[in-house]
Amino acid sequence: MSNEWVTVCQEEDLVSGSGICVLFGEQQIAIFHESKKGKLYAISNFDPIGEANVLSRGIIGSIGDKTVVASPLYKQHFCLETGACLEDENMCVSTYAVTLQDGEVMLKKH
Amino acid sequence: MVGHQFIENMLELENSNEFEIMTFSEETRLAYDRVHLSAYFTGSTAADLALTTRDYYRDKGVKFVLGDKVVDIDKSGKTVVTESGQVFPYDKLVMATGSYPFVPPIPGNDKEHCHVYRTIDDLGLIKVSGDDSKVGVVVGGGLLGLEAANALQGIGLKTHVVEFSPRLMAVQLDDGGAKSLRNKIENIGVTVHTGKNTTEIVEGEECRYRMIFADGSHLETDMIVFSAGIRPQDELAKKCEIGLGHRGGIAIGDTCKTSEKNIYAIGECAVWRGQVFGLVAPGYQMAKVVASQISGGDKTFTGADMSTKLKLLGVDVASIGDSIARTDGAKVYSYNDDFAGVYKSLVVSEDGKTLLGAVLVGDAEDYGNLLQLALNDIELPENPQSMILPGIAGGGVSIGVDALPDTAQICSCYDVSKGAISEAVQNGATTMGALKTETKASTGCGGCAVLVKQVMDAELIKLGVEVNNNLCEHFAYSRQELADIVRIKKIHTFSELLETHGQGLGCDVCKPTVGSILATFWNDYVLEDAHVGLQDTNDTFLGNMQKDGTYSVVPRIAGGEITPEKLIVLGEVAKEFGLYTKITGGQRVDLFGARVDELPLIWKKLIDAGFETGHAYGKSVRTVKSCVGNSWCRYGVDDSVGFAIDIEERYKGLRSPHKLKFAVSGCTRECAEAQSKDVGIIATENGWNLYVCGNGGMRPRHADLFAADLDRETLIKYVDRLLMFYCRTADRLQRTSVWLENLEGGLDYLKQVVIDDSLKIANELEAEMQTVIATYQCEWKTTIENPQKVKRFKSFVNSSTEDSNLVYVEERGQHRPATKDERIALLNI
Repeated sequence: MSNEWVTVCQEEDLVSGSGICVLFGEQQIAIFHESKKGKLYAISNFDPIGEANVLSRGIIGSIGDKTVVASPLYKQHFCLETGACLEDENMCVSTYAVTLQDGEVMLKKH
Repeated sequence: MVGHQFIENMLELENSNEFEIMTFSEETRLAYDRVHLSAYFTGSTAADLALTTRDYYRDKGVKFVLGDKVVDIDKSGKTVVTESGQVFPYDKLVMATGSYPFVPPIPGNDKEHCHVYRTIDDLGLIKVSGDDSKVGVVVGGGLLGLEAANALQGIGLKTHVVEFSPRLMAVQLDDGGAKSLRNKIENIGVTVHTGKNTTEIVEGEECRYRMIFADGSHLETDMIVFSAGIRPQDELAKKCEIGLGHRGGIAIGDTCKTSEKNIYAIGECAVWRGQVFGLVAPGYQMAKVVASQISGGDKTFTGADMSTKLKLLGVDVASIGDSIARTDGAKVYSYNDDFAGVYKSLVVSEDGKTLLGAVLVGDAEDYGNLLQLALNDIELPENPQSMILPGIAGGGVSIGVDALPDTAQICSCYDVSKGAISEAVQNGATTMGALKTETKASTGCGGCAVLVKQVMDAELIKLGVEVNNNLCEHFAYSRQELADIVRIKKIHTFSELLETHGQGLGCDVCKPTVGSILATFWNDYVLEDAHVGLQDTNDTFLGNMQKDGTYSVVPRIAGGEITPEKLIVLGEVAKEFGLYTKITGGQRVDLFGARVDELPLIWKKLIDAGFETGHAYGKSVRTVKSCVGNSWCRYGVDDSVGFAIDIEERYKGLRSPHKLKFAVSGCTRECAEAQSKDVGIIATENGWNLYVCGNGGMRPRHADLFAADLDRETLIKYVDRLLMFYCRTADRLQRTSVWLENLEGGLDYLKQVVIDDSLKIANELEAEMQTVIATYQCEWKTTIENPQKVKRFKSFVNSSTEDSNLVYVEERGQHRPATKDERIALLNI
């Protein structure tokens, strides 16, 4: 996949205050809409600790100044900006650039 | 009881495996709780009263011989002989033969319906007589006599207490206290006759018997229970020429050893320096001493404080130290309020500086603090009378636990010192629940609960622990405070609450908690736009996420009753979608392995067949388990299935701080295991017994009997109030068991709130429950009828492919997620 913006879904597919999952090529990507700040985040859907494709189904929020998602399996937090796991520094997930243009949600590799 | 405690003490020893323990009993039961015998009449069973079980003893290697008492001891050969002629050797022998009831030598005291009050078998006989009687008399107005009166009153008899001395509880109470107690129990319908010396029991005219008193008066009754004191059971010791006290009892020294080198005596059968101890706490102390002595320790018995606090016929009564001012020069302060039925007196030393004793009737709240003042010779404040006068600024007893030495005994039932509690707090037991588990403090009579909490709080402050019960970094409030805010300020969304009372974005702690609180009080559809982001994945997808990210499906099967047609539907759906099928502990069926995109299809079929959601995914009411009840069972006394279904239909959909499980049993055999549930209901001959705050799980807790012989309507009312009070006041993810353990005032307090409406909130609680019931919806029905919501149930919003990460293997005719190794093997093929 080239480093270009790719439309993966429409604005109305997003769930305010929560996450959805899209296929980006072969990759499962979780896209979150943090409603208080009105920001979008995209990370890999795969939880490296629980080893299942579940992160899009976690609860989002903040820990200190970091915006995070909590894995629905074992509740570790992953930073939505950097992909780092807050509880285990050896763990992290990939992050993606995400934007909303003319009602289209677009992803790009970093 | 004391014998069992001794065994427990031995088992707790570090070198306990060096000892072989064997116990003998005349009764066919292992040790049981004689202190709470009268509970037998309010629904408790022999099993409830049991202090141990055969399995426990077997597990610990304790041998036992029941129903075969020891009749002889060969002191030189070191063996004991039982009634049946068996002979067993011993190295050390501990006599814990207890006491027998004293029956005054009155002609006629051996009539058929004359009983004593000591064992479970005695209670059985009393019950049989009671079934055939209208009037009952207890001879003896002491502590046990009043317990027995409670029992007679409980089985519906017109109850009289006949006491020889001029006042009730003559040993423990002064005149004022006894008078106050008498007024209170006469108010609840028990007639008290003091200064009555019974001379003869003859045939009656209106009732079965007539008791003739020395003053010429008489009293008619259908049955008599003698509870006029105890005598040490020293028969065996006497026969074997072991030294006795002047007035009987097995004489012991400070090591609890008898006149024989290898024989000890503990509890009520023993007499120490001329004194017999008729309470359980001193017996437990002796048990500890003997365990120490036998294992090479040097503990000794140095006497025991006979202070006591208890509830007699519903009246709080406490007696501390020299309660009737026997000490030379002792002075007394007393306070009496006939209207409220409260009496308090303080016995102080001649110089007024130390507390020697006290009597409390009707309000024994200050027992713990006063006891500490007396036990530790703490100097009294300038005006000691202020400690017993009501409503005066600076009044009441507060001694500041800092004043107590570390050796001060806080819990007398389990001999827990202030130092032991402080140490447990230092080691991490920072809640009442944890402290109770760790130290046993306050798990006996509970009289020291207030004091234990004070010691804990003081220790926490000393440790610099800020007692912080904030929910998380986003809300500086506890769950209970947030629930109050939501309820009183009528807040309906998380964002409104965060805006007005919080900070940051929220997190996976506060969001589901607030989501649950909102659901408890307003009961909106949990997937509404404003709420969907608050829900844990289980609530978001209305299923339980499994380890591979798929979900399980659990439809409601109220009371565990299901038609064959519906059962077939479950089978067909499971087959069609390839779901692993298992029966749950809550009498329903769990279908595992549904992908998110399959969930709406599965539920459409289930709902069309008449099922609804089982809320297995929520912190909410789960199931009401039931036995088959009297519609089929030969032993059933009521319709447990019908009641279970009614209850499940009533409370289904209630979201709560943690999951809630119920059960209904149709008779005392208790096949539904109701006593391990948050709410347990057991049919009796006279209605239903309600048990509360039990649970299985990680730390099982036996439910407490909350109220007995209720009709359905009253029971439902109590459960409404109890559940809503729990929803209002519990912490996040706190089960009812832990909630109750941490509730200041415990079970008594909960009864006051729920039964007596002491907080005047019963109407509100019932109304709140009514709202939940009236706004119930099947969340799955609402969801599948809303295409916008169904859209969420897709693995990918931009593709209809499935998650390729799901790999299964076959096992016992079904499938399960592959393990890591299996997955590698399968994916490499």
